[in-house]
Amino acid sequence: MTDWTAGTAAVAFQHCPACDAVWYFARGFCPHCGSASPETRVASGRGRIYAVTTVTRAPSPELRALAPYRIALVDMEEGFRAMMHAAPDLAIDDAVQVGFVRFGDLVIPRRHRLGDRA
Amino acid sequence: MSWITGVGLTPFGRLDGRTTLDLMSDAASAASAALADAGLRRDEVDGLITGYSTTLPHLMLSTVFAEHFGLVPCYAHAIQLGGATGFATVMLAHELVAAGVLRHVLVVAGENRLTGQSRDAAIQTLAQVGHPRYEVPLGPTIPAYYALVASRYLHETGTAAADLAELAVLMRRHAALHPGAQFCEAIGVADVLASKPIAAPLRILDCCPVSDGGAAVVVSRDRTGGTGVRIIGCGQAHTHQHVSTAPSLTSFGTAAAAARAGLGTRVALADIRYAVVYDSFTITLAILLEELGLAPRGGAGALAREGHFSREGAMPLNTHGGLLSYGHCGVGGAMAHLVEVQLQMTGRAGSRQVRDASMALLHGDGGVLSSHVTLLLEQAR
Ligand SMILES: [Zn+2]
Repeated sequence: MTDWTAGTAAVAFQHCPACDAVWYFARGFCPHCGSASPETRVASGRGRIYAVTTVTRAPSPELRALAPYRIALVDMEEGFRAMMHAAPDLAIDDAVQVGFVRFGDLVIPRRHRLGDRA
Repeated sequence: MSWITGVGLTPFGRLDGRTTLDLMSDAASAASAALADAGLRRDEVDGLITGYSTTLPHLMLSTVFAEHFGLVPCYAHAIQLGGATGFATVMLAHELVAAGVLRHVLVVAGENRLTGQSRDAAIQTLAQVGHPRYEVPLGPTIPAYYALVASRYLHETGTAAADLAELAVLMRRHAALHPGAQFCEAIGVADVLASKPIAAPLRILDCCPVSDGGAAVVVSRDRTGGTGVRIIGCGQAHTHQHVSTAPSLTSFGTAAAAARAGLGTRVALADIRYAVVYDSFTITLAILLEELGLAPRGGAGALAREGHFSREGAMPLNTHGGLLSYGHCGVGGAMAHLVEVQLQMTGRAGSRQVRDASMALLHGDGGVLSSHVTLLLEQAR
């Protein structure tokens, strides 16, 4: 299963059937109990903004052309936290839905208010 | 137990033409001069601990430096722990000396982080602290990671950017009394709030600069000279690496590291007279002060405004100007904090001298408040 980091418009996460842990960064084992059989699932895309910033000083000339852009940490309803871009009007505690936008050469997840179109 | 028997510090800022090895040598020469004053020969330094340099990314920085400086140590080690490296190197020196493995350990750091590379290169190298697959492609920077923390802090404490700005103003006021500081022109809260936005709510004056510089200390088994500076406790905590996986953005490993160092058991918080707290950003300083118990939750900025952390205040803090104004050359940045404590405890801080530095609490963090190191230092007359 691929996700936005591999060019597919989806956010994936992992779940451990042995201990019920949920996490975001993919790996071949459970970081909580060590089980070697985690499941990879596609997230619903619904969540709530936990923290958010607007990046004005971008790290490279390529990204400078795209600045300012907003970066948020989003608490997803499945129980993991993920970094994504965010629409300009979003604030902490807003309920959000993921969409996907082009950012330079990549297609990345971007949050918009629940009910709005990406 | 171990003793800080020598310190060395270069000015921080733009030091054209000085390489990583030059800056490490400058600082180490100053620190070893203290040993010479105590009648010790250079070859009595049997241990060498260094950090890393982004402009000299070598597999073996400690022995590169040993060869260059002319040391043939029994033990050499280069540590990489981001911003926590400065205090982690000293903790390792303390543990090796206390265990009887070594007698005199030279701990040295230096980097031409400002002039040895382009500003973009420095920012991109540092941003790689982010997760290469799940964070870095989104275009964050180190200030952006800390800005996420700051956004949550302001939200939960009901404080404002102006409260954080007080800490930048304080560090600048302290730096004005140190001839080696990178920035000494006075600033006010309004200047911080009007400065260039970097990653909201952080502006450029909320962020430490990139600097050239070097710092060194000698950690010894035996005391030399008159007033001694003794390391009486060290502790670490490592709760995560990437900001996305932090268990919380409002409670970090600060208190766990401090407790492991003996704060609250061997040394009561009420006995602390001088504070040294890592200040890569104003938000870093606010959170660490509050988690150490040196300020109430959300109250660090207000205490700074009231003069509590000033040289004449109840808890003098980073009297050399901290990373925010003395400057930040990487590993040497935190070590400059340590050099200042040693000068304060031995009564050699000149116009910055505080009344009482008899017990000091030092705390540093690396990553995005992910790696923590606490040191407790005591003055022995
Ligand atoms: Zn598990």
